[in-house]
Amino acid sequence: MITLNVNGKGLEVSASPDTPLLWVLREELRLTGTKFGCGEGLCGACTVHVGGEPTRSCVTAVSEVKGAEITTIEGLPANHPVKQAWLDQEVSQCGYCQPGQIMGAAALLHGKPQPTDAEIDAELGGNLCRCGTYPRIRKAVHQAAAKAKGGGK
Amino acid sequence: MNGIVKVNRRDLLKTGLAVGGGLMLACYFSLPDQLEAAGPAGPLAPNAFLRVDTNGMVTLINNKSEMGQGIFTSLSMIVAEELDCDWRRVRVLAAHVDPAYNHTEFGSQVTGGSTSVRTEWSRLALAGATARAMLVMAAARSWQADPAVCRTEKGQVVHPDGRRLDYGKLAAKAAGLPIPVQVKLKDPAGYTLIGHPIRRLDSPIKVNGTAVFGIDVQMPGMLVAVIARPPVFGAVLKEMDADKAKAVPGVKAVVAIPAGVAVVADGYWPALQGSKALKLSWDEGPGARLSTEEIRGQYAALARTPGIPARREGDVPAALAKAVRLLEAEYEVPYLAHAPMEPLNCCVDLRADGCDIYTGTQMQTIDRDAAARACGLPPEKVQIHTAYLGGGFGRRANPASDFVVEAVQVAMALGTPGTPGTPVKVIRTREDDMRAGYYRPFWYDRIIAGLAGDGTVIGWQHTIVGQSIMAGTAFEGTIKDGIDETSVEGAADTPYPFANLWVDLHSPKVPVPVQWWRSVGHSHTAFVVECFLDEIANVLGRDPLELRRTLLAGHPRHLRVLEVAARQADWGRPLPAGHALGLAVHASFGSYVAQVAEVSVSTTGKVLVHRVVCAVDCGRIVNPDTVEAQMESGIIFGLTAALSGAITLKDGRIEQSNFHDYPLLRLDETPRIEVHIIPSTEAPGGIGEPGVPPVAPAVANALFTLTGARIRALPLTANKVLAALGRA
Repeated sequence: MITLNVNGKGLEVSASPDTPLLWVLREELRLTGTKFGCGEGLCGACTVHVGGEPTRSCVTAVSEVKGAEITTIEGLPANHPVKQAWLDQEVSQCGYCQPGQIMGAAALLHGKPQPTDAEIDAELGGNLCRCGTYPRIRKAVHQAAAKAKGGGK
Repeated sequence: MNGIVKVNRRDLLKTGLAVGGGLMLACYFSLPDQLEAAGPAGPLAPNAFLRVDTNGMVTLINNKSEMGQGIFTSLSMIVAEELDCDWRRVRVLAAHVDPAYNHTEFGSQVTGGSTSVRTEWSRLALAGATARAMLVMAAARSWQADPAVCRTEKGQVVHPDGRRLDYGKLAAKAAGLPIPVQVKLKDPAGYTLIGHPIRRLDSPIKVNGTAVFGIDVQMPGMLVAVIARPPVFGAVLKEMDADKAKAVPGVKAVVAIPAGVAVVADGYWPALQGSKALKLSWDEGPGARLSTEEIRGQYAALARTPGIPARREGDVPAALAKAVRLLEAEYEVPYLAHAPMEPLNCCVDLRADGCDIYTGTQMQTIDRDAAARACGLPPEKVQIHTAYLGGGFGRRANPASDFVVEAVQVAMALGTPGTPGTPVKVIRTREDDMRAGYYRPFWYDRIIAGLAGDGTVIGWQHTIVGQSIMAGTAFEGTIKDGIDETSVEGAADTPYPFANLWVDLHSPKVPVPVQWWRSVGHSHTAFVVECFLDEIANVLGRDPLELRRTLLAGHPRHLRVLEVAARQADWGRPLPAGHALGLAVHASFGSYVAQVAEVSVSTTGKVLVHRVVCAVDCGRIVNPDTVEAQMESGIIFGLTAALSGAITLKDGRIEQSNFHDYPLLRLDETPRIEVHIIPSTEAPGGIGEPGVPPVAPAVANALFTLTGARIRALPLTANKVLAALGRA
């Protein structure tokens, strides 16, 4: 058994140590908000936070994250400025990649509260969206940053 | 849409039919056993699409699949507008398979062809208006008032003296009333939802991670399967050694099915490890000789021979013989994968007495029937539960139901017929999704234009070569006189008024599985026609906008979008050094779209698209924000095809496998996009697809203006750009 710390809860999982965190989250812990897109760390649909860092859970063995603080889309507070901005900007289309986009954006803003477009490109360029919601993702990141700057108004 | 409408009683279903046990996709549920509880049938259900519960909740039982295009919201807006209910109390359930939910034109339940709003508007408006009339009648009877003096507002009937009754309180009484023969639809001037940017109903669950896509469906005891597939199309399994696969902890079974060898395990990871541990040998057959190069050669030769006539105006050979100048060009576009972010998957719960299928599909009826044939149950014992689709783009509308049938076959192989089976979910790896087929066809086009001394185009010969997507499917009957309309749409019906205009079609049979791909035939014809028109403009020394303006004088809707896009993009303005503009205009799926692209080229030859200005006339609009989003979406989807998308074959093998070699446009490559919607009272047009076709020719035309190099084969990769620059 491996003990994980997911969304603030200690959870024992029985998956073999080489199992990617993605599949442990989805199939064993039933946290299906984190998505499978490529299995190779190429698309970002599986992005979660491990110790606050955006992490591709499809290429992260569960044994590597024992005891680390893991946050998934389900654990990001409902009133998080990024989630709110995603609603306000009507970002989602099919919605499949959006949990990964949101986790990526939340990590970006945590490290760089007022990111430039170039910083947004660098941090979120690897999160693919086939529906093409990118223009709204950019707007939503700027909105969330502005809200943080304005003291959460 | 206003005025008195006759209610067709045959369209109306009695209360309760087809409302039990629906998937409750609009709510915060994540497991199918919870998904089942759609609640009791509402007392007022004037037809199969709508019910009003005693608590005032309004439910749209929706026959269209939500794959990002916003259809749950748009169709709900139509119903809610006519019903005059409280928009905050509207929810959407996915319909089960039933003839009542068939597409009004396609004869089965289908979401595709950018048709949903166009085909459902009337009957959903009628459903809402009928329910509203019955609620008003119920209130009037309670008050012993004349229904004609009562009005409705946000889920209440209002008496002239100010008394109000909630729809929920009236629902039971209304259900006992006769269905009115005539109802009055609203005057569009009084719309409070339609035409306004209303927020999507599915946004909250897509932002908090609780939306249930097919891949998210979990059931007690469910197993997961990964299928090891043949290396080339048409290969047959010769030998299988599954010992090592079966030794992987968690692997439960290894079963051979027509699609390949399925490794069934208690999770995806062991199933994947098991599939990698299989030792398989295949009889590859003739498919192993296929290559893109060979296909190109075969097509190029065909393009020089007459095909089946798709359009015959005038006498093209005579016109070309008279021409003072001939222009000739050959274009090609590659096979393309749909590559939805959610890899194809399907969950099957097969039992002796029935079969439940959970998946994201665009074609419920065809999938249901194919599943029934595969498992030997009558169709009425098979139910399709439509989950959210993690992208469709046409791929989840497979006429052969490939991703459903293979999952049923795995379920069949697991259970002994006649005994309860085990729910099993087949998940395609990204590599499976990309390599196991069904692509936008490879197209090869040859055009010859004959110019008169004054520059008039007096002859136009367009020969198109590519596989028919309808041939060999249940839709083969749509092929008339050898012409698959989807092969020539956008070319045979070009608006350019050339007196002598022939379009020929060759539909070679190639063993590469093909299928409709967002914007279908228009995805190649717009590129060819709009680029070649720019070639003509260049030869004549005419401005591409001005030439189109002249030629489209008789096509006001084309002309309008062209003018608006050109004006908003400030066509003709001085640009930064190294930048150029290109434009294209194209009508598809009942809508008209013009786009102007501003591009530059990096020192490494990469095409950079800085800005795309888009004008769209899609007739009457339900949700302008959705129209804008779909134009952005179509442009970005089209840019991937323009700049990088290509599926190629060598020795029968698909050379691409994942996003490193089939890259999608990224955030950092995305241009500034501006969408201008033309106000219109015309019939509604489609919006899911029409944004795609113009962007590739707009970019290619800009690239030509910038560099003098005309690239006639997509995608516009750095290698091609550098080679063309060397020639220019």
